[in-house]
Amino acid sequence: MPDLTDRALDTAVQRGATFADVRQTRRAEESIAIKSGRVEGVAFGESEGFGVRVLVDGAWGFASSNRLTVAEADRVAAEAVRIARASATALRHRVQLDERPPARGTYRTPVLEDPFDLSVERKVGDLLAADEAMRRVPGIGFTEVRYDAQREWKTYAASDGSLVEQEITHVGAVIEANAVNGDDMQRRSYPDSAQAAGWEWVRGLDLAGNGERVASEAMALLAAPQCPPMRTTVILHPSQLYMQIHESCGHPCELDRVFGTEASYAGTSFLTPDGLGTFRYGSELIDIVADATAPGGLGTFGWDDEGVAAQRVPLIEAGRHVGYLTSRETAPRIGRQSGGAMRADGWNRIPLIRMTNINLLPRPGMSFDDIVADTDDGLLLATNRSWSIDDRRLNFQFATEMGWQVKGGKIGQLYKNPTYTGITYEFWGSCDAVADERSYTLFGTPNCGKGEPGQNGHVGHGASGARFRDVQVGVGKW
Amino acid sequence: MSGRDPDGLELAERVLRHAEALGATQAEVLVGETESRLTRFANSEIHQNVAESNTMVNLRFVDGRRVGCASTNRTDDGALRRLADSAARIARLMPEADEAVHLPGPAPIAYVHGAASAATADATPEFRAAAAREVIAAADAAGVQAYGSFTTDLEHVALANSLGVRAQEARTWSQLLTVAMGSAGEAGYAEAAAVDCTSIDAGAVGREAAEKARSARQPVSVPPGDYPVVLEPYAVVDLLDMLGYLGISGLAVQEGRSFFEPGKVVGSPLVTIVDDAADVAGAPVSFDYEGVPKRRVPLIEAGVCREAVYDAQTAARAGRESTGHGLPAPNPYGPFPLNMVMHAGDASRDELIGGLDRGLLVTRFHYTNPVHPKLVIVTGMTRDGTFLVEHGRVVGPVRNLRFTQSYLDALAGVQAVGRERRLLRGFLGASLVPALRIGAFTFTGATEH
Repeated sequence: MPDLTDRALDTAVQRGATFADVRQTRRAEESIAIKSGRVEGVAFGESEGFGVRVLVDGAWGFASSNRLTVAEADRVAAEAVRIARASATALRHRVQLDERPPARGTYRTPVLEDPFDLSVERKVGDLLAADEAMRRVPGIGFTEVRYDAQREWKTYAASDGSLVEQEITHVGAVIEANAVNGDDMQRRSYPDSAQAAGWEWVRGLDLAGNGERVASEAMALLAAPQCPPMRTTVILHPSQLYMQIHESCGHPCELDRVFGTEASYAGTSFLTPDGLGTFRYGSELIDIVADATAPGGLGTFGWDDEGVAAQRVPLIEAGRHVGYLTSRETAPRIGRQSGGAMRADGWNRIPLIRMTNINLLPRPGMSFDDIVADTDDGLLLATNRSWSIDDRRLNFQFATEMGWQVKGGKIGQLYKNPTYTGITYEFWGSCDAVADERSYTLFGTPNCGKGEPGQNGHVGHGASGARFRDVQVGVGKW
Repeated sequence: MSGRDPDGLELAERVLRHAEALGATQAEVLVGETESRLTRFANSEIHQNVAESNTMVNLRFVDGRRVGCASTNRTDDGALRRLADSAARIARLMPEADEAVHLPGPAPIAYVHGAASAATADATPEFRAAAAREVIAAADAAGVQAYGSFTTDLEHVALANSLGVRAQEARTWSQLLTVAMGSAGEAGYAEAAAVDCTSIDAGAVGREAAEKARSARQPVSVPPGDYPVVLEPYAVVDLLDMLGYLGISGLAVQEGRSFFEPGKVVGSPLVTIVDDAADVAGAPVSFDYEGVPKRRVPLIEAGVCREAVYDAQTAARAGRESTGHGLPAPNPYGPFPLNMVMHAGDASRDELIGGLDRGLLVTRFHYTNPVHPKLVIVTGMTRDGTFLVEHGRVVGPVRNLRFTQSYLDALAGVQAVGRERRLLRGFLGASLVPALRIGAFTFTGATEH
C-alpha cells in the first residue's frame, strides 16, 4: 500500500523528522498442538499494521497502528514525531546513522510445498501419526506434538527513497515424549527446530518414523543413573552445540548489548570493542559467522528491517573476536558499516539488533563419529533441555536431555539429568575438535527473547558438533 | 479515558453472530483493544520510545467435539467474516475429540474497583520522559548511569460466548524499572509497578537503584556453596513465577508433571500464597480470558498445598468449577495464576538481614530456567546487587553467583518473611511479594563481576 507508506513518510518529514522509515507488515500464523493423542489446539491468526520510526533532533520516536488508513498514517507519523521530541528531552548523544544507498528490490523464501495451502486435515493427520508412534511405547506418561508456520509480507520504505518488499516463510515442529515416575520426569524430543522453508522440511523430518525412538529413549532415561559430578571431556552433539552458540556467542556479539542499550533487561556483554581483533574468544578451531544468506536459516532474508542487504559477517576467526552484529546506528561507533542485523517482531515493534544465522563452521578432518572414537574418557551430550547464562554472557549452565559416557572411543552408559557449566571464553578455548560438514545441521530457534516491550526473534544456528576438555558436569544436588 | 471507544463487546457479539450463522454449536469471542506505550533509557538518555494501537479478535469455534481457533487484528466486517470462516473450517477438519468441549456458562461478575486508571490510560510521552529524567538525575547524583524503562498500558478486554457470557473491563498497568550501573560495572536494581502510574515515585526508584549500585562497588569473590540468604522481593517474584509455571495449574496436575498435590507439605509454616485478583494492592481484574469471574484461590497455606487453578476445560475434566484462570484459546499450557499474593510476615528488612550469621543478600535473579521441572530445580544467576552479610550486617558486595536450587526446598527453608511487600511484574501476571530469609540456598558457580 504505497499510499499509506508514502503518506506516513511525508507527514513525518513535514513535522520535522530528519529521517523516517515505515514498515507495513502482514503476518499469517498457523499452529497445531497435540497432547497425548488429543488435538489440543489448531489456530490460524493474522495480524497486520504499520510502524513509523523517526529521527527528530537526533532522537528516536516510534508509533504503530493496525488501522490501515491514510488518516491513521498521518496520526501515527505525528505521534512518532511527538514521541521523538519527548525523547530529545533526555538525550546526551545525537543518533548518527551510517550511509548506505537506498535499498530497492524484492525477496521471497524458497518454498516447495506451501504450508498454508496444504489442508489442515493432512497436517493434523501426519502429526497425529507421530504422536501415536510415541504412545505405542509402553509406560510413556504424556506426549506432545507441536507445529507452527509463519509467513510475513513486509514492505519497507524510508525517507531516503528505499523501498523493499519481502515474503518470508518459516515452519517449525517438535515431537516430545515424557516419562514420569513419582517425582522424576524425563523428556525426550525431536528436533525442536525450525527452518525457512515449506511443509517439505516438516515431511523430511519423518516425525512418525522417529516417534518410537524418542519415546523409548525417554523411558530409558527414567531408568538411567544420575549424571555424576566431575570434570571431564564433553562432546556436544549439534542438537546442543547450537544452543551453546546462541547464548555464548550470538548474544554477546550484539553491538547494542555491548553499548548498554539492553542493560536493564537482558544485560550487557563481555565482548567489548577494545578487544576487537585481538581478544582470544576460543581455540584456533573456532570460526563463527553471522550469515543472513544461509539457505533455510530462520535468520535469512533479503534486507534487514532498516533496509541493509543480507550479508555474511565474520564474528570469530581462528578463535579471535573480529566482528559484531550491527545496525546503522551502532556500526559507525566502531568505524564500520552496518552488517544488516536489525529485525523487528512484527509491525508494532522497532527493529533491534538480532542474530541472523550464527554458524560455527565445520572443519575438514574428523567426522562427528571420528571425534567420539578419538575420545578415551568423557561424556556425549545431546538435545538441549535448559539454558542459563549471566548478564554479561560469561557464566553459563546448560542441561541436556541425553548424556552418554564415552570410554575408549565407544558410547556406553546413559545418564539422566546431565548438566555442564563454565565460563564462555575458557570453554571455547578448551575446544580441541570440531566435526566436519557431514554432521553439519542448521537449527532454527523461533523463541529468542529480547527488548522491551518484548520481541520474539527467529534465528538460526549451524553446528556440526565439537569436543571440549576439562568441563564441569553434573551440577547441583540430586 | 483515552484510546479507542470501548466497543469490544459489540465487536465480540458481531463475530459471535457470524459463528452461529456458520453452525457453531458453541462459540467464544475475546476482544483485546490495547494502547501500549513504553519509554526506554540507557546510558542516562532515552534511546527507544514506542507506542502501539491494536485490536485483537480471537474466536473459538466449537462444532460438537471439534474446536477451531482463529484470530485477527482486522475489524472490518469482511475480515470478521473471514475469521469465522477460518475457525469453522479448522473445526470441521478436526478429528472428533474423546471429550466434550466445555465453554463456561454465565455467572455474575463482581467487578473489582481499581482495575484501571485514567492517568495511566492518558499518560503522555512527556510524562514518561519526565519520569526517566528523574531516574537519570538520581543516577547522576550518585555518579552512575541509568538504564531502564517506563511502561504505561491500557487494555479493554471484552468477552462474549454463545452460552450467554458477557464481560468487559478496562485494565491499565504501569511499571518503572531501572538498573543503575557504575563505571566498573557495579549495579543496583529497583522497580515499581501500579495500576495508576502517578503513584510511582520515579525519583525514589532511581535513588534506590543508584544507592545500591554505589554500595556494590569493588565486589569480592565468595566461593560457591550453601549459604543462608535474604532474597529481596525482586528475587522472590521468580520463585512464585516458577511455581506457577511448573506446577500450580490444573493441567500440570492432570498431566502428572506437577509437584502439586493438595495436602502435600512443600513450604515452611510461614509460607502462604494465594491467587487473589481482587486484592487492590495488586493488579485487580474481574474475570479471566474465558469470561469466568476470578475466584480467590488458596494455593499454599502455611506451607501446605491447597488448590491448583483451573480453567473451564481442566475444571470439567476434574469434575469441578473453573477458578477463573483461563488464558486465551488455544491454550495448550493450561491455566495460570496471574495474581499471586504472598502473605507478609512481621520482619523488617533489617531484621531479615539481622538474622543471618553469615549469608548473602540477593537483590535479584537473572535468566532462570528449570533444570528439573517436577522437582522445581532451577538454575540462574544473581544480578544487580549481591552482598555478603556477617553477624547480621551487610559487610560488602560480592561477585555474582550461579545457583542450582530446588525452589520447593527453598520454600521449605523459609525462616522469616518480610512485612513489606511490593507489586512486581511476573512471568505472565503481577505478584505481590515480600522479602524472605531462607536457611540454605545452593550456589554452584561464580562469575567475574
